[in-house]
Amino acid sequence: MAANKPEIPSLADIVAKVKSGEIFDEIKKSIISSQVWTSSFRHGYADTPRNRVLQIVSNVWLHLHPVKIHRHALRIRFTWCMGGITFLLFLSTVVTGVILMFYYRPVGEYAYFDMKYLQYDVPFGMLMRNMHRWAAHAMVITVWLHMFRVFLTGSYKPPREFNWVIGVFLVTFTLLLSFTGYLLPWDQLSMWAVTVGTNMARATPFLGHEGPFAEFVGVTPRYDARSMLLGGSLVGPPALLRFYVLHCIFIPLVAGALMIVHFWRIRKDGGISGPL
Amino acid sequence: MAAEAPKKKVEGLPEKVHVWPYLVRLELLCAILVAIALTVWSIVIDAPLEEAANPTKTPNPSKAPWYFLGLQDVLVYFDPWFAGVVAPVFIIVGLMLIPYLDVNPKGNGYYTYTERKVAIWVYSFGFLVLWIALIIMGVFLRGPGWNLFMPWQFWDPHKVVALVNVDLPYAFGVRTYNMAMLFGGAVVSGYFALGTAAYFFMERKAIKNVGFMRMFLKIQLYLIMLGMVIKIVLRLGFNIKYIWVTPWFNI
Repeated sequence: MAANKPEIPSLADIVAKVKSGEIFDEIKKSIISSQVWTSSFRHGYADTPRNRVLQIVSNVWLHLHPVKIHRHALRIRFTWCMGGITFLLFLSTVVTGVILMFYYRPVGEYAYFDMKYLQYDVPFGMLMRNMHRWAAHAMVITVWLHMFRVFLTGSYKPPREFNWVIGVFLVTFTLLLSFTGYLLPWDQLSMWAVTVGTNMARATPFLGHEGPFAEFVGVTPRYDARSMLLGGSLVGPPALLRFYVLHCIFIPLVAGALMIVHFWRIRKDGGISGPL
Repeated sequence: MAAEAPKKKVEGLPEKVHVWPYLVRLELLCAILVAIALTVWSIVIDAPLEEAANPTKTPNPSKAPWYFLGLQDVLVYFDPWFAGVVAPVFIIVGLMLIPYLDVNPKGNGYYTYTERKVAIWVYSFGFLVLWIALIIMGVFLRGPGWNLFMPWQFWDPHKVVALVNVDLPYAFGVRTYNMAMLFGGAVVSGYFALGTAAYFFMERKAIKNVGFMRMFLKIQLYLIMLGMVIKIVLRLGFNIKYIWVTPWFNI
């Protein structure tokens, strides 16, 4: 019996193994050589430079990346990771937003009660709504911080001027996405916040009925920049429908197209910025 | 042999690294952390849902979404056509113009303060003070009637604030409407003309390199930004309502 007793490693040995990383190699080896693993995966992955390149260029999702980057581009202190987080949060709002669309009708009579239904009766409805809203708020903050980082590193300078312009469009569309979504709960908070916001449009020079020089254009409360936005002279059911379509279809499509250009231009302009 | 100084670990490492695995694993780690944070945040704090929308019941204060509260606060000092329409357009266009107006070749792709002091000061002032600080003020300190309340003060909807503001021409003793219009117009156009002239005089050596158009646009944007600060100071410090009153618009 005593001969079969397994050897108990001392604590110092374990600490030494963890520190040297040896223990991870041992665990990896025992997993990869196990019957479950070898029966599931027909061959291993050889960590060669060629395979590292192929992992990127032969993968439709990963080939957005270059195969090699400058070492400094890995440093969080340089990038703050804010652009990537903004994109991740955008994807989160797309996923949760599609789920919310199954339960929500942008109609004056239904919208608010669909919100109540979502919150109290739909499984995980409240969680989906929370994730959608908080991801949207967080996205506003991260996109500002991304812009601040890009400014502080002077990354808008040649040859990246045009990508900065695309980025300013994207900041604007992020705010418009958030603003149009703000109306959809159709409660007091959303209706009056959007009333305050869209009231500005009636003061548009030339095009708003209370704006400078409006008298020379002939706009009226029912026929000016604000009424075009709202589909009426106040924030009512037509405004709800318009904001819904803008929020779920128009702005995401435009912002998505601009994101494609934005990411593509990062590559074309020589990758992430760095000391020349 | 023994006297050789220990080399830094960085030396000898290649300048470029493979994206797989070095960047992809960082992105995965970052995505996991953000996903966990968002999930926990969404479990712990519920999104607000107030009573159903009611067009006959205006809340006091009525606030725009938080990210627009900086602009809403500018409404105290400017009419809606400027604070709500023209100023945002200037912000967006001005931001887009930055790469074309800033011709300083230094500081491209790395953090530096000493090589581009003015650029960093202007952007940080606009972002941190005129945008972020005004948002914080709008969210936490603006109560009923858009009056200023300290966090420990009760939001009294009946708070009376005396309206003692006068227009700038009135403060200077101009009493007739037409003269006031002329006076205000002279002040506003004089501000822009003198500001532009002073800038061109101070930077006269740079005109050849930078170009007239760039310098002209840059100083106009600086003057608009500075003008907003001046107007806020005039209102808060000297109770000045408008600087220029015309039949069509007021500034």
